[in-house]
This record gives sequence, structure tokens and C-alpha cells, in this order.
Amino acid sequence: MKLLEMNHIRKEFDGLEVIRDISFSVEKGEVLSIIGPSGSGKSTLLRCATMLEKIDAGEILYMGERAAYVGEDGRRVYPKGEEAKKIRSYFGLVFQNFNLFPHYSVMKNITDAPIKIQKRGKAEVYEEARELLAKMGLSDKENAYPCQLSGGQCQRVAIARALALNPKILFFDEPTSALDPELTGEVLKVIRSLAELKITMVIVTHEMSFARDISDRVIFMDKGVVALEGKPDEVFGADHARIREFLGKFNQ
Amino acid sequence: MSFSVMLEQLSSGMLKSLGIFVLTLVFSLPLGLLVSFGRMSKNRLLQGVTKIYISIMRGTPLMLQLLVVYFGPYYLFGMRIGGVYRFLAIIIGFSINYAAYFAEIYRSGIESMPVGQYEAATVLGYSKAQCFVRIIFPQVVKRILPSVTNEVITLVKDTSLSFSLAYAEMFTIAKQIAAAQTTFMPFVIAGVFYYVFNLVVAVAMEKIEKKLSYYDA
Repeated sequence: MKLLEMNHIRKEFDGLEVIRDISFSVEKGEVLSIIGPSGSGKSTLLRCATMLEKIDAGEILYMGERAAYVGEDGRRVYPKGEEAKKIRSYFGLVFQNFNLFPHYSVMKNITDAPIKIQKRGKAEVYEEARELLAKMGLSDKENAYPCQLSGGQCQRVAIARALALNPKILFFDEPTSALDPELTGEVLKVIRSLAELKITMVIVTHEMSFARDISDRVIFMDKGVVALEGKPDEVFGADHARIREFLGKFNQ
Repeated sequence: MSFSVMLEQLSSGMLKSLGIFVLTLVFSLPLGLLVSFGRMSKNRLLQGVTKIYISIMRGTPLMLQLLVVYFGPYYLFGMRIGGVYRFLAIIIGFSINYAAYFAEIYRSGIESMPVGQYEAATVLGYSKAQCFVRIIFPQVVKRILPSVTNEVITLVKDTSLSFSLAYAEMFTIAKQIAAAQTTFMPFVIAGVFYYVFNLVVAVAMEKIEKKLSYYDA
């Protein structure tokens, strides 16, 4: 089953076309990595999928339902109110710079949305949050504040926060780009464990060996288009000038 | 006039100053937030109107504004003034003036919030209102507290401007006693009162700041 479909997406900023007619879909249980040089539109694509940016053409479908689209007349149609809330509940997003709420403890960062937004029972949410924290190796940090944590710990809290809402699909926007190699390792380990649990993920990353290792499918983006798409070995081994150039340093 | 009588009269004036102080904060802090929303609104008309409002409030003397609020209704509509309206005019005058300053302080705090906080809340399903109330505003309060303290301390001293409407708060009384008894003493006492009042305010604000220092942002 296709959890997400993006068809003929176009996005421009002040006349500069950042995404040119991109289509792709994500199957349930699949791990899709999006790689490519900086400025190729990877993050923008993710921000379009999560509706943080509005598309200029195309359509976005979640669970087979049309979530947002641009009509023939160029009019954008985005969901509002309860409908928007429902569609947002299908996905979670992990940011490059975490965006934890600094005034909330780790526990509250994770539980506030399930309790206040999804109106779930407090006891149940707390229990689930503790399980998530255990999974992230942060059981002793539930009362800490984000400012007391390392970047890697912050990112793991951010992952737990996204998972607490039980999304069907989890997006990662360069989750390790703000971290040193050691902290990167601990975050990648967590993402890997999620892949083993068959959680559907779309990961924008610059960690090439990680992407190759963990993904079911890889998209290589360049200059706003999908230059290559396929199984990790196909993409990383492709005899394609641009990707060879991009990976050049990496393969040495 | 004995020292104790003087002290007693000034104390009763002090209570009235305190009344002006408290009521002004009660009205101007929420009003300022509303004005800041107008100032940041995408609606050009609303933005323009609040901009002019802030400009006038900050650009003219508070004493003049008090006089306009008090005497304006008489000259414009022939309304009978005096009585309760004297006090009302003071509260209105102070509130609309301080709201303008608070509005700009709120704006500085709100605009300093990183966009990532809004984005994270949006993706987690918070509505705009929920995001503001639960995520943005508590952090804004922490950021603007030092500026708010400044304004609040100024307000303590500004309550003395009520003498221009002959309202019997501390400064008005001090002036009356000083004139009647030809003594400088009431001003000294009033000065001590204002200073102690502000010391209490400063300590209280510092306590609040400390309470909010459990996190860095």
C-alpha cells in the first residue's frame, strides 16, 4: 500500500525553480533515502511533503487520499482545520536542528502533543513515552531539559517525540548534519533500529554508507529533479556521470 | 503638622499610587499583547492603525495624554467630568500609554522566536492558537522579562503624573503638604516610598526571572 504519493511536484522560490516535476511514492514498511548535493532540493521536497512549504504544482496523496494539490487554474488547495490535523497525524518529521521545546522537560516534549492535541489518556501516554525513551537509551533523562542534553540526545528525544504520535510515516531532514561523528553514530543506530521495526521512513541524508546500508530504495536528486532512483546498490553503483562525480570523494 | 500625621497622609496616598500601578498593569499587559498582534498583522489597515497608535502614544507626553483623556470628553461632548471619572481617566490614560510600550516589547519577543519552534509545533498537530499559548508565549515571557521590568519600574514613578489631574495619590499629597506647611519633608518621605516600592518590584521581577531560568533557549 502506498502511504505517500507525490505527483508532478513543482516548487519555486521567487522565480527560482527548486523542484521541477518530481514524482515518487513511499510503500508501507519501506525505508527511502534521498541523497544529493546541497541545493538540489532534497529538504524542500521533504518540507513540501510535510506541508511546511506549499507546492506550486502537482498533488500530494496520503493513504491514497488527496491531501493537497494545485488545480488547473493554478489555485492551491490545502486542507484546513480538522482535515489538516488528520493529515498531519499521518506523518512525523525530525528536523536537522531538533527544534525541541526548550521550556519543556524531555518527558513533556514527548507527551504534550499526544495529551493536549490528540487528547489521549495521560497514564497511557506517559507509559508509552517511557518505553520510547528506553528504546532511545534515555530512560534517565525524562526530567532533563533540552539545554542539558548533547545534540545526539536531543535528536533522539526529537525522534521519540515524533514517534509518540504514532505516525504512519516518519520523515528525517538531515538528522545528523548538526552532529559530530560520535553523536551521529548514536542517532543512526536509533534510526537503524526503527528500520528493523519496519517503520516507514523517508530520510534526507548526507551519510552515504548509512543510506546504502539501511535503505530499501534510494533517490538521487540533482538540480531539482530525480536523477536516479532504485535499490541502493543500483544507485550507488550506477554508471551515471553526475552521481559518480557526487560520490567521487566518498568512494576513494 | 506632626511627622506621624504626614506619614499617615502620605501612606494613604501611597495606597492610591499602588492602585494606579496595579490596575494599569492589569489592563495594559493584555491590551499590549492585542496591540502587538495588530502591529504584526498581515492586514495592512490593522497594521497601519496600530502603528499610528503606538507612534502617538510614544511620541507625546504621558501628562498631556492624561489631560486629553480627562478633559477631552468635556470639550468634545460637553460631558460632565470629575468625580469617579477622574480616577477612570487616569487608569485609561496610563493603560493605553503603557499598552503601546508593552506592545513593542511583546513584538520584539515574538519576532525573536526561531521559526523552527512554529514548524515543530505545526507538524506535531498544534493549531496556531495552541502553538502560541503552549509553545511560543511561555518562551516569549522569559525573553522579554528584563524589558518588562524596566517599564514596570518606570510605571511606579510615572504614577506621580496623576498630580496633573489633581488625583490624591502620594505625589499630589506630598506637594500639598509641602506647600501648606512650607517644608521639604514630604518630598523626602515620598522619595523613600517610591524607592522602596521599586525595590520591592525589582526583587519580585528578579524572583520571576530566576524561576524562569530553569532552561536556556
